[in-house]
Amino acid sequence: MTSNITRRRLIATGMGAAFVTALPHSALALNDVSARALVEKLVGEINRVIASGKPVDQMIADFEGIFRRYADVDLIARSTLGADANRASPAQMAAYTDAFRGYVARKYGKRFKEFEGGLIEATGVRKVKSWYEVQANVKMRGEAPFDVRFLVSDRSGSDLFFDMVMEGISMRLSERTEIGSMLDRRQGSIDGLIADLRTAG
Amino acid sequence: MILFALLAACGQPDPAVTRGAPYDPFEQSNRINHERNKKIDRAVLRPIARGYSAFVPDDVETVVSNFATNLSLPGAMVNSAMQGNGVGLTSDFYRFLVNSTVGLGGLIDVATDINMPTATNADFGQTLYKWGVHEGPYIEILLLGPSTSRAAVGRVADMFTNPVRYALEDPATYYASATRVSQGLSARGRYSESIDSVLYDSADSYAATRSLYLQNRRFKVGEGGTDNYLDPYDAMAGTGANSGASSGAAIGVSATFEDSDPYDQ
Repeated sequence: MTSNITRRRLIATGMGAAFVTALPHSALALNDVSARALVEKLVGEINRVIASGKPVDQMIADFEGIFRRYADVDLIARSTLGADANRASPAQMAAYTDAFRGYVARKYGKRFKEFEGGLIEATGVRKVKSWYEVQANVKMRGEAPFDVRFLVSDRSGSDLFFDMVMEGISMRLSERTEIGSMLDRRQGSIDGLIADLRTAG
Repeated sequence: MILFALLAACGQPDPAVTRGAPYDPFEQSNRINHERNKKIDRAVLRPIARGYSAFVPDDVETVVSNFATNLSLPGAMVNSAMQGNGVGLTSDFYRFLVNSTVGLGGLIDVATDINMPTATNADFGQTLYKWGVHEGPYIEILLLGPSTSRAAVGRVADMFTNPVRYALEDPATYYASATRVSQGLSARGRYSESIDSVLYDSADSYAATRSLYLQNRRFKVGEGGTDNYLDPYDAMAGTGANSGASSGAAIGVSATFEDSDPYDQ
């Protein structure tokens, strides 16, 4: 009898332990369902901002919050700086990332005005290399819907998107061209670039 | 003639796409055309488009644009046929049928409202891609803007591939052309700020236009795409990503860190 209980307890404990070790995986590992869920949440927030009809400044602030929460800003910022990230000091990288976040919020936040009356909707998901590509449609009044894709990865340690691709145009790759041009204009000065970036967009 | 020259290069991977940096041997003259195009835009196109967009009610703009799009469908169908794309050919055919009848001669885009497959927008530049013709150098054409040699050849050929051109009598072809122009003006007007931001706010509007055009064009013809992107986290893992990733304090990144070319990723 006692041995029976002990055995049951053992099994229960064992199962509990198995559950606990399995938990971090099931909760954290990114899969097509969680990637799509993340983008659906993200898109829901963007739709709310578009529909809010707020003044542009507030839309930009809202977008910066969304970008901070859902995007791997560190990676995107570093990636747009390209090889020049190698020679930036940690302080410069931090300042650059901060300036970049504001710049992206202003530049893309303004564009939301043109989406007025539009609706973004997640339509599908597929695995590409190490990330998930969540497809979405932007439906605009009186126009053919256009294609947006969010590339979601958990390689940073959390589930975040690292690129947004509209009709084939990658935000990350386009901004790399732009940041490269801005750096050229400053003869390669990273501090100059950071200063420009604080007001650009 | 040109077609033969283009076809001669078939079969190999396209160096314009695989080499990394944009293939732009005519950059000098392209930049001259780019500056001229910006002047024309500032002086003529932008003011007219803004006036048109402001003066003409949105619903009318939509109707005109729908009409022009509908008339482009037969040309797309010819190209789908040449590409052996039966599915695209069929879906465009039904789209044309529905919009030309229920949609009152193409004025209303019923097909999109009832969730029919999106239009293929097939063009001869895309047909050339499917036939294995390489993209060729990037060119910026006066008045027409960014292109590649393959897309430019396709553009010329498409003047002849659209059956509508042969079906319409004299005054009607002018109306058809006029709606296309109006459609262009609507787009310039409606996306005025986005286009302005590329042309007038970019640090180097030529490089920005080239990057946006090539990415979008390759997406449209079905070349490249997100599958070709390198994993940006791999580049981080090279060396320094372990040192405090959250503060962005990683110091050394591998020397091969994605370099400065967006096109091979």
